[in-house]
This record gives sequence, structure tokens and C-alpha cells, in this order.
Amino acid sequence: MTTTVGQRPAGAKPATIPARRRRSAWTVLRENVVWVVAALALVYLLLPNLVVVLFSFNKPNGRFNYTWQRFSLDAWLHPCAAPGMCESLSLSLKIGVVATVVATLLGTMIAFALARYRFHGRAGSNLLIFLPMATPEVVMGSSLLTLFVSMGIPLGRVTILIAHIMFCLSYVVVTVKARIAGLDPRLEQAAADLYANEWQTFRRITLPLVAPGIAAGALLAFSLSFDDYIVTNFNASNASITFPMYVWGAAARGTPVQINVIGTAMFVLAVLAVALGQLAGRRRSRAH
Amino acid sequence: MSSAAGLGGGPPAGSPAAAARPGRRFAGVPYFLLLPGLLWLGVFFVVPMLFLLSQSLQTGTLETGYRLTFHFATYTDALSQFSRQFLRSFEYAFLATLLALLIGYPLAYAIALKAGRWKPVLLVMVVAPFFTSFLLRTLAWQTILNSDGLVMRFFRGTHLISLTSALGWTNGNQLLSSPLAVVTGLTYNFLPFMVLPLFASLDRLDPRLLEAAGDLYATPLTAFRRVTLPMSMPGVVAGTLLTFIPAAGDFINSQLLGNPKTAMIGQVIEGYFLRINDYPTAAALSFALMVTILVLVSVYVRRSGTEELV
Amino acid sequence: MRPRRGQDSSNTGPTGVASASGDLVLSSLTKRFGPFTAVDGLDLTIAQGSFFALLGPSGCGKTTTLRMIAGLEQPTVGEIRIGEHEITYDKPYRRPVNTVFQSYALFPHLSVRENVAFGLKRRRSDSVASQVAEVLELTELQGLADRKPAQLSGGQQQRVALARAIVNKPAVLLLDEPLGALDLKLRRQMQVELKRIQTEVGLTFVHVTHDQEEAMTMADTIAVMNAGRIEQLGAPAELYELPATTFAANFLGQSNLIRATVAQRQPDAATVALPDGGLVAVPSGRLPAGIAEVWVGVRPEKISVHEAADRADPAGHTAGRNRIPAAVVTDASFMGVSTQYLVRTPWQQELMVFEQNRGGATIFRPGDRVSLSFATEHTFALDAGQDAEAGIELDEALG
Repeated sequence: MTTTVGQRPAGAKPATIPARRRRSAWTVLRENVVWVVAALALVYLLLPNLVVVLFSFNKPNGRFNYTWQRFSLDAWLHPCAAPGMCESLSLSLKIGVVATVVATLLGTMIAFALARYRFHGRAGSNLLIFLPMATPEVVMGSSLLTLFVSMGIPLGRVTILIAHIMFCLSYVVVTVKARIAGLDPRLEQAAADLYANEWQTFRRITLPLVAPGIAAGALLAFSLSFDDYIVTNFNASNASITFPMYVWGAAARGTPVQINVIGTAMFVLAVLAVALGQLAGRRRSRAH
Repeated sequence: MSSAAGLGGGPPAGSPAAAARPGRRFAGVPYFLLLPGLLWLGVFFVVPMLFLLSQSLQTGTLETGYRLTFHFATYTDALSQFSRQFLRSFEYAFLATLLALLIGYPLAYAIALKAGRWKPVLLVMVVAPFFTSFLLRTLAWQTILNSDGLVMRFFRGTHLISLTSALGWTNGNQLLSSPLAVVTGLTYNFLPFMVLPLFASLDRLDPRLLEAAGDLYATPLTAFRRVTLPMSMPGVVAGTLLTFIPAAGDFINSQLLGNPKTAMIGQVIEGYFLRINDYPTAAALSFALMVTILVLVSVYVRRSGTEELV
Repeated sequence: MRPRRGQDSSNTGPTGVASASGDLVLSSLTKRFGPFTAVDGLDLTIAQGSFFALLGPSGCGKTTTLRMIAGLEQPTVGEIRIGEHEITYDKPYRRPVNTVFQSYALFPHLSVRENVAFGLKRRRSDSVASQVAEVLELTELQGLADRKPAQLSGGQQQRVALARAIVNKPAVLLLDEPLGALDLKLRRQMQVELKRIQTEVGLTFVHVTHDQEEAMTMADTIAVMNAGRIEQLGAPAELYELPATTFAANFLGQSNLIRATVAQRQPDAATVALPDGGLVAVPSGRLPAGIAEVWVGVRPEKISVHEAADRADPAGHTAGRNRIPAAVVTDASFMGVSTQYLVRTPWQQELMVFEQNRGGATIFRPGDRVSLSFATEHTFALDAGQDAEAGIELDEALG
């Protein structure tokens, strides 16, 4: 990795350096120091993913999947063999989907209100959107717990869902709002000029153009919900174990290889989706 | 990014009002759009905060019930008892933020200004960790740092381990279960949150500005100090906040990669709520954490002069 | 504040779009933004089927006028009618008016074909496909119908914007600086094309521009706007030859304006005294009534430069030509088709002179003593109460 990116020259030096001197290894290193650090940073970022993938093919000796023993496809062939794991995965997916739909809907509505209207209470609304993003999860989770306990609301799927929608909402708002703000207002004026009424303009012009922002917000919401442990842990019961909770429990009891299979599968799916998206985008722009 | 053509989806938003221009006609529309979402945040974010505050001033037990007695002593007791964990949380969060900035800035800089057509690929590589559950990735650090791993062998071979042990960053002859491992994990987990806003602000920088600075006799270092760095300040502020806030409240890393002596305040809050069931103490610590972070953040944002983050 | 909505059901089609036709009439149209008056009591009738240009510097109110006709802005006072049909407060999508937006505002997610069909579909028109095909042919876009706007050149995008508007056969087509984003060569080409298309479809075109050349090339009638008002209205040649205000004289081309005092006012001829006391003739009909002080104006290309006479006489007039005998060339720049001179008069004013290079004529050099002459019929006179510089800096600032 270091070499492939390292080959690209650092930016041209400004004219203050006269003729090209003989470049020592040290000079080369110094000129490419940004790339060296960047490459190391990428290694740092991606190494754990690599380990997760690699260890999905491991056959550990004991209960813990921490040291490499030998190659095996067992976990891939029997992904649900780890007791309770597939149930927790399905719960996480369900909660993720519902939380995403609700948070995206509510968040998109707020984003339109904030991006398109001047009204009393705008600053206050912005603050209310910002605060959940500036609050540590442990505080959000514990405060919701006190609410649910005081009101006598039983913990479980519903309380998890409520919490997930709450902390996903702000991220959707911020993502969609940015997209709306980047929209050329003349496009909507042009639609009105071409006989589209307010609803048709929204349906045919505004919504399709904001859609990538909404999609990005929804993806973000889903990944936040699917991956959340801290808030969930405060608002779940023993009967509602999400996938992150299952992994957490496994870390103490023994880590089945199957959790790595799930992690790897999600990783591969996401990379494929991104690659396909990029490819489609490139083909579209090259379709001259 | 490509245009919207393929993505027809998205939920049907409730109103056609979006087509109207700002500040005109139906005064009720924005409130109608805001109401459900803000109500949700009000009921499930603001109200719980009040419950948390109230809980922290109550006395009683979970079995017999709590009564609001304005028992402020819970705060002084809890904070004096857990002052070490409290301070340690901010110390680790600060270290992780600093490290993430030092590592993340060159990365964001390289992607934004030097990567050329590799930019999208490198960006995906920065986001890629998110594609796998963060708990799994944190567990992976146990594998990476364990005593048979390559990293450990390198540390042992170079006797770095003696140095880190002498500094108190590691204990004994291992990397895991140490402050070093916890800070490594924290930095790792929140690094993308640092890189992405940095990238966003550096990507907006016109490379011709740097050429102009060079033309005006600035060395590359001066150009960086006088042009690049000031112009990327919004990204620095956003990135440090996005790293510091979750890091200060985190307990996953200290739990999975640390030892009892690296416990952070999140762990204490979690334990007091869910295992010891001492709600007032846990609520007091939680509320104190929230207030401390809000104060720190508002001071920081004000001093850095970028109040338009929201 | 908002009177009746101009919705005469007998006049609206099945989708509520008025199907009015006739002249476009603006009556005392006014738009204020807070204390600022952008458009100030505009009265204007634009004949059906004409190519009309609103010409003025940025901030003169021409775009606001256009947006009020399009329905994107509501007038503070006044009325807009098309024929007998009032549309002042109709929503944009209910008026038979279409716009070619500045920088086009093409829908990026729709193909050329879908962009062009957009208006027809909203009005649930019949035979959308054939109408679209027809207009794509008219604008020479047949081969590009399935491309997205991002895959088109600037000139092609401009044509799509035009096609998207004219396919609806609006009673009035509005063009907001339609050629501003194109380079010079393409702009010239599109000017000819626009004029051709307008003649072919016979729609009323209202064209807003700050480019005097563009306005003069295409429009049948030009209204010169300044500070929310119309300074002068007329055919391009008429405006150019006989500007009515110093602003029009300077904004449309360039003018030499010389301070003068009316000396003699008679039905068939009038004379005015230049600063050196010499008398020059002005067609008496052009002399503003009841005014003693005037600006005498002449266009630079109307002045001829001759070798100086021996005697330094004051200005005078003989045989239908006004003369300034004693002048000195201070600057000469050779421009290819012409030579531009700056010539200093005895009263220390620098006049601009464009001399065609027909070959054979002497090219003078700075310091040469020369005499100037220009035909009486090319001389005009404006009220000296106006600023002689009005319209100059704006024209330069906008290129």
C-alpha cells in the first residue's frame, strides 16, 4: 500500500528552490512525508477490518477467536450455528429498518423546514437538532433509562426503537439539509414557469434532486442504528438482544467465529454496493 | 457525485410546501414540518435530561422507589469517589483527539489535495471501517495487540515495551490491558470522524492559493501555516468535537482493551445503572459528564471563533 | 393590497393556464424592496409577435420587470395584462409565459427530451412526442435528445433552454440574459439563430440584456432602462442616432457631449454656441424646448478628421457640416478596421473620433494639428441639466 500511493509525486515545489539537486533518500522521504503518514493512517484504519475478515476463516481451539490456528470454512457454512446470534442479527436488522424509515421521514421534514423557511424559533430548533450530536451516548442512554423506569415503561424492542430514532434524527437532518441548501432555487422557479404547480414541482424536481441526500441520510441512520451498543444497552431487556449486544456478551463469554462471518459479509456487501454505485456513476457520466 | 436519476426512493414528505420560496405564504407550514421530529426530540431527548437531573437529586432504592429530596450531596460524593475516572476520561479523550488530529490531518490533506483521481477510492477506504461493526473491530485490536502478535514482537524486539512500561503506558510485558491500548483504540475508533470534516474543508481549498503563496515567496511550510491551516480551521474544530465528545463518554475501548486501572467514567455510569442499580449516583455522574462536556465545547467553539458549525 | 385574482374562467384552459394572446401591457408597474424601488411606475406595451429588448446596466430593474411578468415576483403596484387578460397575480404556472433563464436552469436529472417535454406534460397536452420532436428539430438538437444537461456544451444547453420554453408556444417568451454565459463567437452565432427562431415561431420575445450590441442585433424595439425607469424606447437605429437622454447616448455606443448655449431658435434651423463662442447648427426639432443650456452630441464615427487650416478660427458651420477647425490629436490607436483618435479642442475637451480605414487617408499622430467636421443631421442636443457621464462607467464595468 505504501508503495502504490507513495509513487505519486508530492506537489510541485514553488520557484524558490533553484535547480534540481541530487535527491537523497531523505529528500524523497521528506517530500513525500504526507503520503507516508497518510498511508500509515490508512493501515491503522483498515487493519482491524482485515483481521475481522481473516479470522472469519479461523478455527480456534478454545472459546475465543483471538489467535490464528488454521483455515476453516466452518463458520461460513454454518453461520447460525452460534446460539442466539442469528436471532440478534434479525432483531438488529428489523430495528435498523424501522428506525431508518421513521428517522428519515421526520428528519427530512425538519430539513425542509429549516432549509426553506424563516420562522420564529429557528435558532432554537437548530440547537435542539445539534444537542443530541454533542451528547455522549452514555448520557443519552442513561437519561432515557431514567425516563422509562420512572414512567414504568417496560424495556424492550419498543424502547430501543424510540432511542434509535431519537439519535438518528439529527444526522438525517444535517445530511438532507446540506443537500437542499446546495439546490439551485432557479430549478424550482423554472418548473413553476413550465406549468408545474407546487406539488408537481416538489414531486418532479425537488424530491428527485434531494433524493441522494435523503438516501445518504437513510444509510447513515441505518448504520448508526445497526451498530449502536451503548444507548441500546441501557434500553434493552434480556429478551431483546441486538447484534452489538450479542457481540459484547460474546466478548466476555467466548467469541464464536460466526460474528466475524457476519462482520465480513456486511463489509463485503457495503464495499460491493459502493463499487457498483461508483461504476454506475462513471458510466453515466461517460455515456457520451 | 452522480445525479439523482437512479435514486427515486426516499419517503414521501408530508407537504408540497417545499416548492414555495422562503418566508412566504402559509406561516404554519414550517411548524407542521418540524412538529413530529422536534416533538420526538423533546420527549425522548430533552425530557429524559430533566428526568436524569431529577433522578440525580432523589434518594431511595430501585426496589422501594425514589423520592425527590434535592440531595445535592450525591454529586459531591459521586464526584469525589470517581474523580480519577472522571479526569481520566477527559485525559484519554484529549489524547485520542490530539492523536487523531495528528494522524488525520496528513491523511485528509493527501486525499483532498494530492490524490487526484484516487480521491474517491481513498475516501471509501476512510469510511470502510464503518462497514463492520465497531465492537468487532475493537475486538480485533485484542488480536492485533495480543502477546503473540506481530506488533508485540516488534515492541519486544526493539525494547520499546520497556520504555512504554517505564512511562506507565503499558504494564508488565504486554500491550493489551494498558492505557496505551485504550488510547490506541479510542483514536482508532474516532479517526474517521476527524478525517471526514478535515477533508471537507481542505477539499474546498483552491490549490491555486498555495501556488499564489509560493509565488509570493512563502516556503511550503509558511504557505501551510499561513494559508492551508487557517482555511481548514472549521474542519479542525468540527473534527476535534466529533472525536472528543464521543471519546469522553466511551467505555467500550477501556472495557475491551484496558484494565480496572484504565476505567473511564462511562464504565462507572453503566455499572451503577445496570449492575449496582444505584440510580442517583449514576444519574449524578451522567449529568455531570453532560454539563462538563457542554461547557468545554461551548468554550472551545467560542474561542476558536467558528460558531456556525450547526 | 391584493385585488382580484385575474382568473377569468372563460379564458383558462383545462389545466388552468390562461390561453390569452395579444399585446403584453404593463401599467404603472412598480416593485419596491423595502426602501429600494427596483421598478418605478413602468408603462409599456409590447406588440404581439415582436422582439422586444429591455436594455440596461445591472440593477436597473430589468430583471425584476422580467420576473414580475413571469410571476416569480409580485408587483407592489400596477398591472400586467396579455391582451384583455390580466395576469398580475396569477401564479407562474398559470400564465401563458415561459422563461429562458440566465444560466438555463435545466433539470439535471432529466434528459434533453424530458426537459423539453416538461411543460407540455404538466399541461397534459396531446401529442407531446411529436411537438417535442418538432421543436428539437427547430433548435437542431435531434441527436442529443437522450443526453443529460451535464453532457452538453454551453451552446447546446442554451438551445435546450430555448426549446424547453418555446415548445409551449407561450403568448410571451422571456429571455433573461440568455447568451451571457457563452463566449463571443458562439454569442454572435446564437444571436442570429434566436432571431431566426423568433421569426419562424412568431412569438412575442421579451429579451433582457445589458449588452447593447445584442439588443441592437436582435430586437425590433429596445427600451433603455435606468434606475427603474425607461429612459427611451424605440427602434435600434432610432435610439442610436437620436438618443433622448445622456444615459441613452452613453449606454448605447459612445457619444461626444459638448456643453453649449442656445443662440438662435428658428423653425428651420437652430444654432448653439460652443465653449469657444463658435456657432454650430442643430436640426431645430432636436433642440429641447424652453432650455438655454444643452449638451451638443455627436457619435465618434460621425466625425471626420482633416488637416488643419492655417488660421485658428472658432467653431462654425457651413454647407450642412459643423466644423471645429483648431484641434490637436492627443492619442491615436490603430484598431484595424478603424483608427481611434482622441482630439483636444481649443476649450480643452477631448473628443473621441473613429475614422474608418478605407485606405489612402492620412493617419494622424499625437501632436498633429487637425480640424474636425460632422454633418448637421448627425448632431443632436440634450438638456444640460443631465449628467454628461450618465451610463458611461456602467457600460465599461459590464464590458
